[in-house]
Amino acid sequence: MVKEIERAGLPVVHVCTVTPISMTVGANRIVPAIAIPHPLGNPALSKEEELHIRRCICETALKALQTEVTEQTIFDVKY
Amino acid sequence: MKLELGNIIINDIQFTNEGSKVENGVLYVNQEEIKELVLEDSNIDTCEVFIARPGESVRITPVKDVIEPRVKVEGPGGMFPGWIAKVDTVGSGKTNVLKGAAVVTTGKIVGFQEGIIDMSGPGADYTPFSKTYNLVVKMEPVEGLKQHEHEYALRIAGFKVACFLGALGKNLTPDEVETFEFDNLVESARKYPELPRVAYVQMLQSQGLLHDTYVYGVDAKRTLTTIINPLETMDGAIVSGNCVSSCDKNPTYVHQNNRVIRELFKAHGKTLNFMGMIITNENVYLADKERSSNWSAKLAEYLGCDGVIISQEGFGNPDTDLIMNTKKIEAKGIKTVIITDEYAGRDGKSQSLADADASANAVVTGGNANQVIVLPPMETVYGHLHFVDTIAGGSANNIDAHGNITVEIQAITGATNETGFHNLSAR
Amino acid sequence: MSKIKIVQYINQFFAQIGGEEKADIKPELREGVVGPGLAFNQAFGDEAEIVATVICGDSYFGENIEKASAEVIEMVKSVNPDMFIAGPAFNAGRYGVACGTISKAVKDALNIPVLTGMYVENPGADMFKKDIYIVSTKNSAAGMRDAIKKMAPLALKLAKGEPIGASCVEGYMPNGVRVNLFEKECGAARAVKMLVAKLNNKPFETEFPMPDFDRVDPNPAVKDMAHATVALCTSGGIVPHGNPDRIESSSASKYGEYDITGVEDLDAAGWETAHGGYDPVYANEDADRVLPVDVMREFEKAGKIGKLYNKFYTTVGNGTAVLSSKKFAEEYAAKMKADGVDCVIMTST
Repeated sequence: MVKEIERAGLPVVHVCTVTPISMTVGANRIVPAIAIPHPLGNPALSKEEELHIRRCICETALKALQTEVTEQTIFDVKY
Repeated sequence: MKLELGNIIINDIQFTNEGSKVENGVLYVNQEEIKELVLEDSNIDTCEVFIARPGESVRITPVKDVIEPRVKVEGPGGMFPGWIAKVDTVGSGKTNVLKGAAVVTTGKIVGFQEGIIDMSGPGADYTPFSKTYNLVVKMEPVEGLKQHEHEYALRIAGFKVACFLGALGKNLTPDEVETFEFDNLVESARKYPELPRVAYVQMLQSQGLLHDTYVYGVDAKRTLTTIINPLETMDGAIVSGNCVSSCDKNPTYVHQNNRVIRELFKAHGKTLNFMGMIITNENVYLADKERSSNWSAKLAEYLGCDGVIISQEGFGNPDTDLIMNTKKIEAKGIKTVIITDEYAGRDGKSQSLADADASANAVVTGGNANQVIVLPPMETVYGHLHFVDTIAGGSANNIDAHGNITVEIQAITGATNETGFHNLSAR
Repeated sequence: MSKIKIVQYINQFFAQIGGEEKADIKPELREGVVGPGLAFNQAFGDEAEIVATVICGDSYFGENIEKASAEVIEMVKSVNPDMFIAGPAFNAGRYGVACGTISKAVKDALNIPVLTGMYVENPGADMFKKDIYIVSTKNSAAGMRDAIKKMAPLALKLAKGEPIGASCVEGYMPNGVRVNLFEKECGAARAVKMLVAKLNNKPFETEFPMPDFDRVDPNPAVKDMAHATVALCTSGGIVPHGNPDRIESSSASKYGEYDITGVEDLDAAGWETAHGGYDPVYANEDADRVLPVDVMREFEKAGKIGKLYNKFYTTVGNGTAVLSSKKFAEEYAAKMKADGVDCVIMTST
């Protein structure tokens, strides 16, 4: 799906847990997420901590969208 | 280690008002005894018991689990260690099996509903459990029971019923005895030095609620990849906690009768040397996937393998675990054959797997789970038919005016099993 | 019922006109069977009949593909058949390519079922096996009987519009369309045999050849994020509470489009997941864990992004065929583009 969005001319970042699948299917900008049932959250954390990690992932996603890439790139998140 | 499986061949199940028993190949069941046993759990509100025989116009849905009734006759441990029996190591001594019988649990389960078993008609070909004499146990929870507890209650109730029935065969003389022997590593290596050394890597579903597997009572998602004696698996060490996309999840029955293990035993000493079994998981964190597959490769190398068979459970992100295992094991110079299934779309034209790698060049497939089948109405339905539009593989308004149900075969229990339990395939 | 009418295409050699020296003959239509057609007709029994044969030289076809195709199509059309068979071509390269080309052309132009046969290494096989059914034959005309044994029943099935079984059952070359079949042996037995063959360096055939995935070049980066419209999409199945569009928990046949104008936060009362492939508890408690509307609204207020697009698109990745997902994404990507979306964050579970 990411590829179809890219093909339509929209820069897209794929936020996902299983980055190897994302690599295999051909996403170009990839941001690793937390876990499959809660990619942008973590129920083990407090509400505030959880919001913090979600902000960090989204910031990284925006950064990825603002970065020129020539090949498939994984943007690691700094928490 | 040596395990004797004493098969008591069951040719029918019948209800009785007297005590439950096995006599002349017939399993007589007193419904009240089953209900009493199940309702011991205060989380279960109601329980009904039915019989489903091969060839009958019967549909069971939604299926939670299928379990083979067994009993430990001699040697350490008991059935379903960590759940019913204590955690003593199983896999040795004598176990009696009510061969041909199965306990099938049903009821309104959690969220998305589990599988269909048709005892006759076109659907029957797609499930291995249309050939067993099934004691269907339908259970409903007390109101407000949380999903995790609901799943747990039904899972345990199934095991209890299977143990109760199995115990009826404890003092009987089996119709046939199958003997399996498994040596320690050094002995195995010495015995058949000229044969290629082979291990079995079984991937266990461990994605979380409704997608779980337990080993000696331990949730597989909390385990490191490890070595298990295949005889332990054959003696009930691994059980199912699954409830979704039943075509390629392993019911407990499939673990008890794992066909990869059986086929490897058949070939052992003839075309290969069966060195051991590795169990690994399919977790939702990437680090877990990396770690678990690293350990699979490490243990396969440690066992001195020339080749392994890797079986998957489920689909989607576990395709990545499968490919990681394959890549890393092949990279050690160990040859692999993998067993998976496909989601190639209703027309068969889509990409079958979510992940792929050129090193996975020897694949056995359980078939395309998206294939559509029309299941004609059955005279009797045990369970809840109205869930068939929300089960995985169903879709809205898929029952027509004549009662025909149009579903993908992923709704059928065991249809595309990835331990090679069934004979469906695709090209 | 009347017999199924078939036209067969063969080259100069099988028409017994001549070898290489006659390879330049132009297409010719003859009534009834010529050469291999006789044995085909015997195999068809009462069910079908080759009523006409088109003969064409291999060189002529190869050197005048478009013209020759048009001529042959006209000849076939004049007979108004129910089905078209070309060859079998065995390992004859130009003949194989001609059989593949003309079969596909006839199928496209006349919309009737077509069938050809050739040796797997014939260059025509790789060129056309995904477009038309090609029966795998031996590498020389000595395999004619064997070829007819496979081609005749498959031709009848195609002509009658019956469902076509798996490639290994029907004898055609794998064409990328996956078809189920029941094997004699269970998967575990097949796996052990395959492994023993692989370990002994003996030939074995994988039941599923690994695919090649295609790639799309990355688009240029967003220059001015502070004024950009950012859209959220997910394959995690986030839907309004109660799943109003009944998006299936697995193998979904549709995608959802939902308005989030004024929505600050995907709370448990309003939102949930329809996805059947993962533990739904966490997403149902707080759908922002899958689709981060709350944080994106913060970013919008802080001016980090221009604005959050007022709709999101949602699918269930679980068991959904790649081609359906592709179609869904094509559709909603076009909508987003038309609505002036500048970039997309896609989240997956």
